Amino acid sequence: MTGVRLPHARPYRAGKVSWVVRPRGVAAGLTGLALIAVLIALSLRIGDFPLSLGEIVESLTGTGGNHFVVVELRLPRALTGVLVGAALGLSGAITQSIARNALASPDILGVTSGASVTVVALIVASGTVYGGASGSLAGVGVPVAALAGGLVGALIVYSLAWRRGLDGYRLVLVGVGVAAVFTNVKYWLMTTGDVNDSTRAMVWISGSLNGRGWEHVAPVAYALVVLVPLCLAGSRVLSALRFGDETATGLGVRLNTARALLLLAAVLLAAVATAAAGPITFVALAAPQIALRLAGVAQPPLVVSAVTGAVLTSASDLVARGLFAPVELPVGVVTAVLGAPYLIYLLIRARREGRS
Amino acid sequence: MNTRLEAVDIRLGYGDRVIVDGLDLGIESGTITTIIGPNGCGKSTLLRALGRLIKPLNGHVLLDGKRIDRMPSREVARLLGVLPQAPAAPEGLTVADLVARGRHPHQTWYRQWSSGDETAVTEALERTGLLDLADRPLDELSGGQRQRAWISMALAQGTGLLLLDEPTTFLDLAHQIEVLELVDQLHAKAGKTVVMVLHDLNLAARYADRLVAMRDGRVIAAGPPGDVLTEGLLAEVFGLNAKIITDPVAGTPLVVPIGTANGRAG
Repeated sequence: MTGVRLPHARPYRAGKVSWVVRPRGVAAGLTGLALIAVLIALSLRIGDFPLSLGEIVESLTGTGGNHFVVVELRLPRALTGVLVGAALGLSGAITQSIARNALASPDILGVTSGASVTVVALIVASGTVYGGASGSLAGVGVPVAALAGGLVGALIVYSLAWRRGLDGYRLVLVGVGVAAVFTNVKYWLMTTGDVNDSTRAMVWISGSLNGRGWEHVAPVAYALVVLVPLCLAGSRVLSALRFGDETATGLGVRLNTARALLLLAAVLLAAVATAAAGPITFVALAAPQIALRLAGVAQPPLVVSAVTGAVLTSASDLVARGLFAPVELPVGVVTAVLGAPYLIYLLIRARREGRS
Repeated sequence: MNTRLEAVDIRLGYGDRVIVDGLDLGIESGTITTIIGPNGCGKSTLLRALGRLIKPLNGHVLLDGKRIDRMPSREVARLLGVLPQAPAAPEGLTVADLVARGRHPHQTWYRQWSSGDETAVTEALERTGLLDLADRPLDELSGGQRQRAWISMALAQGTGLLLLDEPTTFLDLAHQIEVLELVDQLHAKAGKTVVMVLHDLNLAARYADRLVAMRDGRVIAAGPPGDVLTEGLLAEVFGLNAKIITDPVAGTPLVVPIGTANGRAG
């Protein structure tokens, strides 16, 4: 009897240890990492004055006159893009697996809309009215407010969606509703605020990597270092959760604990990412779906989703900087323009499947 | 004979609605027990409680004499497999992928796909006649094949106990027989203890060692099909006026509905 083989998977066994390696997934991940390296290099080169690769290497190794520009200005921006993208991709993969819905993303968990409304409230309230505090607040207060707002937003969605268990469809509907309320509160706040404050708020809620320094890189990096291993440890449970509550329970998954922990990880990742760069739309939605097609698997693969998210965000930021140079677009505008047609495509496909 | 699974004075329900109250039921090792009853009598709810998919409001379920809600869920999953009614799978999943998921309770992050897993999945596919379809996406299978794939998944789990919630729903008669013969073989050849919920009384009588007839959340009768399926019981449980004859093929009771006085047969 020849053993059955899993699609796109190769087992490696030694004694009691056995690992499954998916060559297509590994290839996709490695290609993505190479792309990230290229995108970082490109991102370091362009700017007010272009640098050659040699000059960049010189600056990175500590010598050369462009050290400040490269290491203090351009590198943190590039890294923020990569890390935020990775966090969003990973968060999206977890959310979509738990909601069992390709239309789900951290946006429907209330994270992004919660963060936006809090930050806008902070900027509008602290701006001209309380005089001058906004400068330092923008540095420290905005990310903290975004993080807090994102977590509270997620808590509201979760508690409204919870009814003797969590139903993916109900989660999506509640999430969409809560996001709509938050968005309108956000716009109302902006109309009440000073024009200059509202403009600054607008830039933030478009999602931008402009002017990001090491203080933005560090929190996302720490969050990823802690959360990525936890998510990977939960990835087997996540694939069982894709099968519906009863089947997952039958397979020995402690449903509510597993789901709450994984959702918490997804919320934290999205909140930290949003705190660093503002709400960058579409990445968390699209990266997992692109990743699963690249890896040839039936559910969003976590690592490849993170890598794909990083590539999408970094590439979008290059486009945002280069398209109308020297005028720079917020990266969120580019991802939103890319995202809209993709969302329509998903909706049409879902409708077609619903009918067939 | 020993009791593998036992419901002790359980009360079941959703929210304020109590569906089953004060029910006791024991499942003997190596038997096929089939639960029958009218719609809404609580038979699926009972099965779900036996498979710890829902928690009793009162009382408890014992698996091999131990309280199932106090055992680690993973350990339960190695002893008891559950096939829910109309289970859902991610789109694009292949048969092999689905059946491999049955090994979940035996796997860890460092033991992802042992040769034991591979053998169990291959055997499960072979037993259900799906080995040739292993690489096919689940959505391309016929209803009967798909149901066999889900049963394969439960088999790959390698449990002695199988709980099947209406495994023949949405299947035509030929496929219903196909699935039930498979269940019968699993019982006869692999020694599985099976508990299932069925709607068709004649098939229930043919493929069960023991019938449990329920109405309004209570067990009205339990025992061998010949003892349970009587004209009196059908009237009491289903409100059905019927004649019982002997199934010319299997020798089990065969229900022939008479219907109401002004019906065709009246």
